[in-house]
Amino acid sequence: MSDSTPLPEPAGFAPVTVLAAMRRPLRFLGSWWPWRCWAYLASGFLLGYPVLVVLVLLLGFGLALAVVGIGLLLLLGAVVAGVPLGALERWRLRWVEPGPVPDPHTSLAGAGPAAWLRTRLRERATWREFAYAALLGPVFGAAGFAVITLLAFALILVATPVIVWAIAPDTVMLIPGRAVSGPVEALGGTAVGLAGTTVAAYAGALLAGAQVKAARLLLGPRVEADRILELTRSRVRLVDAFEAERRRIERDLHDGAQQQLVALSMTLGLAELELRGLPQAAGAAALVARGRGEARVALEQLRDLVRGIHPQVLTDHGLAAAVAEVALRHPVPVTVDLDVPRLTEPVEVTAYFTVTEALANAAKHSGASHVHVVGKVVGDRLTLTVTDDGRGGADPGAGAGLAGLADRVAMLKGRLVVSSPVGGPTRLRVEVPCSG
Amino acid sequence: MLRLILAEDSVLLRAGLTELLTRGGHQVLAAVGSAEELVRAVEAQRPDVVVTDVRMPPGFRDEGLRAVLELRSRDAALPVLVLSQYVATAYATQLLTGASAAGLGYLLKDRVGEVAEFLDALQQVAEGRTVIDPEVVRVLLSRQSEERPLARLTPREREVLTLMASGLNNQALAARLFITEAAVVKHASSIFMKLDLDATEGNRRVLAVLAHLSGQDRQDPAVTSVRTR
Repeated sequence: MSDSTPLPEPAGFAPVTVLAAMRRPLRFLGSWWPWRCWAYLASGFLLGYPVLVVLVLLLGFGLALAVVGIGLLLLLGAVVAGVPLGALERWRLRWVEPGPVPDPHTSLAGAGPAAWLRTRLRERATWREFAYAALLGPVFGAAGFAVITLLAFALILVATPVIVWAIAPDTVMLIPGRAVSGPVEALGGTAVGLAGTTVAAYAGALLAGAQVKAARLLLGPRVEADRILELTRSRVRLVDAFEAERRRIERDLHDGAQQQLVALSMTLGLAELELRGLPQAAGAAALVARGRGEARVALEQLRDLVRGIHPQVLTDHGLAAAVAEVALRHPVPVTVDLDVPRLTEPVEVTAYFTVTEALANAAKHSGASHVHVVGKVVGDRLTLTVTDDGRGGADPGAGAGLAGLADRVAMLKGRLVVSSPVGGPTRLRVEVPCSG
Repeated sequence: MLRLILAEDSVLLRAGLTELLTRGGHQVLAAVGSAEELVRAVEAQRPDVVVTDVRMPPGFRDEGLRAVLELRSRDAALPVLVLSQYVATAYATQLLTGASAAGLGYLLKDRVGEVAEFLDALQQVAEGRTVIDPEVVRVLLSRQSEERPLARLTPREREVLTLMASGLNNQALAARLFITEAAVVKHASSIFMKLDLDATEGNRRVLAVLAHLSGQDRQDPAVTSVRTR
């Protein structure tokens, strides 16, 4: 199961597209990449310096007026201002990085301004965005400004022959004190300019690459992604271990206790038969018969238990047969309409336990008089719905069974939806990709 | 006396069953522990009847059942009694979807404790009748919705149907229920009329009833799609 679950890539190690493009230098120079980098850097310092000014003003006034009280609001404003800026920067990043940086904030749709502010101030992502805002002007803005200035001078140098020709008879001095005599001599300036443009292209790309990395660290869900990665791994381990343990218990019961009980009841049966022939042992025969009856009850209980742990019919005959079997024994009438082929084991097991859990809930809590199980495979997706006509009002958060199921379904990259309005009906729906 | 071949992977049960069968006056030609050995032993010794477990090595799934189906495909008249730990009707249905069900039995392992009944069932199977465990039939009978014609049966008729499925003939049935044989025949014809079945003889009747009860398509031995109504 763990093999089939691709885990998310940690943000810090993902390749940066622009840096990858630079590995083929000639193709890089001829592509749109230099232009995209320059546009990104130019817009960066056009944005960065106003941001720097605003930040300095907010922080300065905030600190100065902190005693009065209003300053605290300004300080808060400065911190929270990083949030929309972060969003803008994540959007702007797409000019140089096709792999988008996801929004690190929790969704707060419908929350009031106070709740929004409280949550955002508690999130680490907000403070990382504030740090990024502080870096944007002095570091990235300044470096971007340097690259763009270099580019501008280089382009002017490239154009020297044209300038010399255009403003003749006035002279142009590339090096102070030495006039350029004509357009042909100015070609040297063009060569230097082209070299400068190349340098500006590489420097721009390196800077843009650095900014992609910084943005991923500061603007993306970095810490959270690591945690999700570890969570997913440990959950895979847990589910696998749980399944292995289930199998072991089932095997032990089947090969051990059940066989012993069958042998016991067989021995008792033989003893009973022998005693029956002896009139003086009628009492003993009755006792042996009772013992055999008790062994039979124990066997029946054990059989129900084993089936609850892992039904053999599921392994041998698949989901449809196993569900039909459960439906036959269910205290509430169940209609089964399953049109599915054999599926991979994790999918069959998960689907089976979804149905049994739903049926158990319907029998225990819903007061339903009928349950309907429908399932089919469309494309690569198994969809299974269990609907009862009971009174509804089931809380998906309350049942440990449902939470466990949701975990299993999530492991298979599927989803579990429970709808149970008060007054019914309760509907439990599972969708799982069949590849497992 | 019947000449038997026994297949059961648990050493404990194999020994117990061998003793039980021997005491019952039968001869155990071979007692084996895997489906493969079972097929070889049957080919070599031609027994009167085969007794086998469902779950056996190497896969511990339904190897025993498959071995029996394979043996029956070569010799349709070979009597077979299958012992199972599972009530699951899918196994009984799989067994009964073969070309012929004459001389087939499906019993829960618990049943071996009732030594006399077990030996009787074995005899029935060896004589070419069909025996289905009453518990399996009970499960099939228990959940039937109103649309099913089965709901029209009276409790007494259900009782008769269950006993009929477990292999009793009219005479034994009459004795069990303390009624006359004529009454049994009357019940039977009433049952088949209500279930819209042709009242042909013996096994075919039982099979028709079972197929009807389980709602499974008997023409399709590889059961991949089940509709239960």
